[in-house]
Amino acid sequence: MSLKHHLIAPLVGNNPITLQILGICSALAVTTTLSTAITMSVALTVVLCLSNCVISLMRHHIPPSIRLIIQITIVASIVIVIDQFMQAFMFEMSKKLSIFVGLIVTNCLVLGRAEACAMRNAVLPSVMDGLGNGLGYSLVLLIVGALREFLGTGALMGVPLVTTVADGGWFQPLGLMQLAPSAFFILGLLVWLVRVLRPEQVERPEFRLRTREDGRS
Amino acid sequence: MAELFSPVRNFFARSNDDLVKIIGMAVLVALVSSAAVSVTAVMLRPYQEANRAAEQQARMDKMLDTLPGMRDLMMETGVDTLETRLVNLDDGSFASSDDAAAFDLAAALQDEEASIALDPDADIAGIKRRANQSPVYLLQKDGDLMLIVLPVYGAGYQSTIRAALAIEADLVTVAALAIVEQGDTPGFGARIEEPDWLAQWPGKKIADETGTVRIELVKGGASTPYEVDGISGATRTSNGMTNILRFWLGDKGFGPFLTRLRQKGL
Repeated sequence: MSLKHHLIAPLVGNNPITLQILGICSALAVTTTLSTAITMSVALTVVLCLSNCVISLMRHHIPPSIRLIIQITIVASIVIVIDQFMQAFMFEMSKKLSIFVGLIVTNCLVLGRAEACAMRNAVLPSVMDGLGNGLGYSLVLLIVGALREFLGTGALMGVPLVTTVADGGWFQPLGLMQLAPSAFFILGLLVWLVRVLRPEQVERPEFRLRTREDGRS
Repeated sequence: MAELFSPVRNFFARSNDDLVKIIGMAVLVALVSSAAVSVTAVMLRPYQEANRAAEQQARMDKMLDTLPGMRDLMMETGVDTLETRLVNLDDGSFASSDDAAAFDLAAALQDEEASIALDPDADIAGIKRRANQSPVYLLQKDGDLMLIVLPVYGAGYQSTIRAALAIEADLVTVAALAIVEQGDTPGFGARIEEPDWLAQWPGKKIADETGTVRIELVKGGASTPYEVDGISGATRTSNGMTNILRFWLGDKGFGPFLTRLRQKGL
């Protein structure tokens, strides 16, 4: 697989959220506004690149019996360091993201990529894979964040685009969009859209519903 | 030089299934990771503390803005912020030293001389130690007290809640409550920060005519001036808030200070 493939494939074709269904929890939590979605995307992409890089560097010396513990320790340290930096230099944003920066540790995307890619590949492809998956995650987060903020408040990045009814305009904000379930709806619609465009992503059903022709039992 | 590194090289040359290598790698990763985390935490602490201090100041200012007419009054008296005084909590007198700005709560709590250990029975706010002194913030006009702000803190559900309680000149009526810092569950306990909830505090009474502290957070429908609606789904945060106020308005807290103010004035 070429470097370019590592970078491009996770964007749509092998997108971590819509196909691999990883990292859903944070995708629900931080997408109420576009700005938090952007910050979370950047933070996760950085963590993913760094953790893939470090783990790929030491992949020959990670004993298989304790590899998950080592991976999670490395990921956790990187996340804590980034969280500390955010608290020092991006205080407002770190307050908005609250616990979700810390929860990057438990984002299965990070450990998933470490296990699936960084443990087996050289540094450069691993970093590319981290970057690609990070960008794929970011793409979905940005779409969901933009839709939720616009439909829920009539603004983007905090800048009002249409006047809401409360301010004497015509736009009635859809309060549901600010609640977690709406992220599920949007994600579901996104997965549907991607699978309509790319039918090869549709999994075969695990079992078939029995029809009348199958006979009685 | 080569001999110096040979044990290291030998270690890394071991098989990944070798027990020494497994334990060695675990220790190595743990050491390097903890070093990285500690170094960043220590190096960035000054920046983070500056951020928190600015945040607390901003919240205090915001609370002043919510008090009707408070800014006008401050303009009139020609001050742009509240006056900070240090209070001796045991007898309620003002401390003579005027270095209230330099008061360091964290240092006082570490110091055996500057703080006392609290009895578990008396420690309803869950703070274990209480400093002997506390800053208070006040606004006066021609020698008359207009507003006093008491900093209070204690255990919430999973974090320490720090709040500022502003009391009017009668020393009974709440002017406002501001949450300065808290880390309770987002969406539940953390709702004590919401303006809608804080808006029900002005006008509440902290104590009845006999001076008994009565203020409390109740479940469903506050009916007396001493009751404030608690937060549904956050019983322990609500109880924590009640206990924090009860403690700090009580004998071990600002009780003696408030009594003294009532009797003798500033």
